[in-house]
Amino acid sequence: MKFTLPAFFGRMAFSALAALIGAAFALPLLWFLFAPFNGRAELGLTIPDPFTLNNFVTVFGNSFAVQALWNSLIQAVGGVILVGSAATLAAYALSRSSIPGKGAVTYILLLFSSVVSGSAAMVPIFLIISAAGLMDTHLAVILTFAGGLLPTAMFILRDFIDSIPKSYEESAMVAGASPVQAFFDVALPVIRPGIVVIVVWSFVNIWGSFLIPFILLRSDSNMPAAVAIYSFYSEAGTPVVTLLAAYSLIYSLPVIALYLFVSWKFGFRFFGGIKA
Amino acid sequence: MTTQPITTAPKRKVRNFALLSNRAGAAFLTPAGILVAVFVIFPFFWVIFVSFTNRTLLGRTALNPEFVGLANYLALFDPNIFFQRGQFGFSLILTTQFVIASALIGQALLGLLLAWLIQTVPAWVKRLTETFVIAAWILPEVVIGFAWFAFLDRDAGTLNMMLNAIGLPSGDFLLESPFWVIVVFNTWRGAAFSMMLFNSAFSSIPPSYFQAADVAGASSWQKFRDIAVPLIRGHIVTNLILITMWTFNTFTPFLLTNGGPSYRTELVSIYNYRVAFQDFQFGKGAAVGVIMMLINLAFALVYLSLGRKKKVR
Amino acid sequence: MASVEFKNVIKSFGDFKAVSDVSFSIGDGEFVCLLGPSGCGKTTSLRMMAGLETPTSGQIYIGGEEVTHLHPKDRNIAMVFQDYALYPHMNLADNIAYPLKVRSEPLARRHARAKEVADVLKIGHLMDRLPSQISGGQQQRTSLARALVYPAKVYLFDEPLSNLDAKLRLEARGFLNHLQRDMGMTAVYVTHDQAEAMALATRIAVMDQGRIVQFASPIEIYRRPATTFVANFVGNPPMNLVPVTGTKGDGKLQLKADGLTIAALLMTDAIGTALAASSSLTLGVRPEHLGIATPGAANTITAPLFANENMGPESLVTIDRGDTARVTARIFTDDHLDLGDTVTLAFSAEHVHLFDHHGNRIPGTND
Repeated sequence: MKFTLPAFFGRMAFSALAALIGAAFALPLLWFLFAPFNGRAELGLTIPDPFTLNNFVTVFGNSFAVQALWNSLIQAVGGVILVGSAATLAAYALSRSSIPGKGAVTYILLLFSSVVSGSAAMVPIFLIISAAGLMDTHLAVILTFAGGLLPTAMFILRDFIDSIPKSYEESAMVAGASPVQAFFDVALPVIRPGIVVIVVWSFVNIWGSFLIPFILLRSDSNMPAAVAIYSFYSEAGTPVVTLLAAYSLIYSLPVIALYLFVSWKFGFRFFGGIKA
Repeated sequence: MTTQPITTAPKRKVRNFALLSNRAGAAFLTPAGILVAVFVIFPFFWVIFVSFTNRTLLGRTALNPEFVGLANYLALFDPNIFFQRGQFGFSLILTTQFVIASALIGQALLGLLLAWLIQTVPAWVKRLTETFVIAAWILPEVVIGFAWFAFLDRDAGTLNMMLNAIGLPSGDFLLESPFWVIVVFNTWRGAAFSMMLFNSAFSSIPPSYFQAADVAGASSWQKFRDIAVPLIRGHIVTNLILITMWTFNTFTPFLLTNGGPSYRTELVSIYNYRVAFQDFQFGKGAAVGVIMMLINLAFALVYLSLGRKKKVR
Repeated sequence: MASVEFKNVIKSFGDFKAVSDVSFSIGDGEFVCLLGPSGCGKTTSLRMMAGLETPTSGQIYIGGEEVTHLHPKDRNIAMVFQDYALYPHMNLADNIAYPLKVRSEPLARRHARAKEVADVLKIGHLMDRLPSQISGGQQQRTSLARALVYPAKVYLFDEPLSNLDAKLRLEARGFLNHLQRDMGMTAVYVTHDQAEAMALATRIAVMDQGRIVQFASPIEIYRRPATTFVANFVGNPPMNLVPVTGTKGDGKLQLKADGLTIAALLMTDAIGTALAASSSLTLGVRPEHLGIATPGAANTITAPLFANENMGPESLVTIDRGDTARVTARIFTDDHLDLGDTVTLAFSAEHVHLFDHHGNRIPGTND
């Protein structure tokens, strides 16, 4: 008696409820999915008519829009390089060395990283950047994100390295490798999946963030796309909304692509900690 | 055997062998240490210092701020205006309501419901639902802000279009009930995390537990209440603390409402931004930051003590 | 090849003494097994030889040179790890040749040498594969090949066969035995499997709670276990140990226990010393030295049958003397026995082991 009638309707109801919630989540995004391909600029939800790719062409012809994407890329890549390399070294040290006070340092960093949020620390971050003479530079955004994302990146990666048997490096050293050789020949390739995860995680974070570049950058030539989009739609005199939708879609693509990449490469569950 | 043993390099003496010597370990930790010290630990202490000064963005006190003692805190907690709109007390209460409604009730319950539903529904329903829930979570916040801005538009937005279609009048929700807009917005935005966390918690329960309950004739609700929830209690607590902290600190609603109209969605993070970067009162902004960090600290200590207990076990 | 020596080596982890004051020396060309239950300090001892742990005190010598504080890379040793530690991003050729790479051998030479060793181990046809693409047995041989690819002073093995299934383990054990005889290498081999130790070692160091309890040839350990711990650990099924009360009578030793009949034993000074300390002794008889008693047997143990397990060539007959004090015999005949039957097992005096109340062997018995 596997399929009794009440059980069947129960399953139907479950499916219907799940589909309904899914639809509710989809609704606010629907316009955003259709508008970029619509020839007529309107906020109403319609099937694109006439269907066009002209909006994308127009966006790529706008030097400010392209510059902003380029700025996002510079800031995200710069931050990722810093976070990736510093977190890898630090996480390796936390996992493999026996430096005294390791546990205490870990605990304090974890505590501070969850206490000092961007929205609580915007004043001192602004003051530090301005005291360092870095106001309105890419470096300001890169360094601030690197500092803010590092603790979490370090812990994700340290847990990953802890789960890798020490016998990899041990066997290399017994075979005659120096610690440096063991690190580069054996450890680094083995922990690469973990590094990929934190690289993707920090890229998505920096690429999508608004507040830090919003307070640290002034000039149009340094604005990342996040700030550019906000200033487009929040300023008076509504812009051509379909152009902005097309631009937002382009801006979202790297995030979507990276998300698909990670869930394809490491499975769905691994993505649980990808955004903090 | 053709190869020769290594004899050329000088032999290294180690006092206590580790895969990474203490000196190398210290060197490895240095870059991260400097970055975290400058951008995380130093701001924590500097914000405390600044909160006792009258530092401003421009003018005389920008360069030579004066020590004003507790003046900034007294201004924040001035009982005459504390609860007025646009003041700190109003913002703090608003944030508390926002956290309770959108995180503890909205995200957690919806996440739990979704995680439970997608355990049993057909694969394509599961995948479709998950796709949109997760899309709401991973898309950049500015894009989400813009999408909702269009969704809620008074004249042509998707929501009003649907309301009209079923015979209801249009509404300008961002003006009429802005608080509930950001509550729904934040629930929508963040439910994915709770769903994914609960989903992985549910799938860590051996299927035989549920099969045993099936054999005993338990209903879906009984299985949920008597087996699933007690077994994932730890995950629930973790989830509640994390989403509380994130929601408390979130700045994203600013992208939809700018904190308005007339301060009705001014969460503490947005209040902090306005005081510091629109009114240019850094000292007072710093005092807000200190209070936010103290609240964060309380949650973080609870969270970390839970994590420690788990490790000991 | 070289000798290995431990001098008063102690290793503590906090309050826990993993190895307490161990001294021994292993000669050139010996194959020594460190045998003991988990947590007995055998793996820690091996890791100290490799340099992966530093002793808290004491000295370690390899080939006469003190290596106590030398980095593993400078010891010129080879080691096979329990989990094989094959590098997942390198194919078999690169894995096996890695020790040659860090010795700056030219690429062609090291691949040629790796192939040579791999062929001996019958994995030469898999050189392009990744470790994840080969079977467990092949992985084990790859890790062995990586250890054999360069001439080391000492070869260290950390339970290298414990991840293989029973059949492959037997095969690999036979191969290791052959290899050691062939190469004459100095090897130290950690295992908790007494059969493996018996089969491979020229000498066995039985360890318990951080100390070496007995360090002798396999046959010596089997015939004259130094303590009840060794007696119980070596042999399968283990030696039967029966608590007995000893008294001196007529210049001979009388032993008493429920169900036990035993002819008086010749008194010696050692027995006298043991008896003076306590009359509680332990009598040991190996299962293979027990048989179904024939009428008139002098030394017997009698109790109801508990189990009769047919193993093919032999049967394991277990009798229960109450309070789960069981005695097992390996019987090579095919007697029909029913549960509850009273069974009498017999043994000859020459196979009797005697231990004092500390569990130490009383010298002189069965020598």
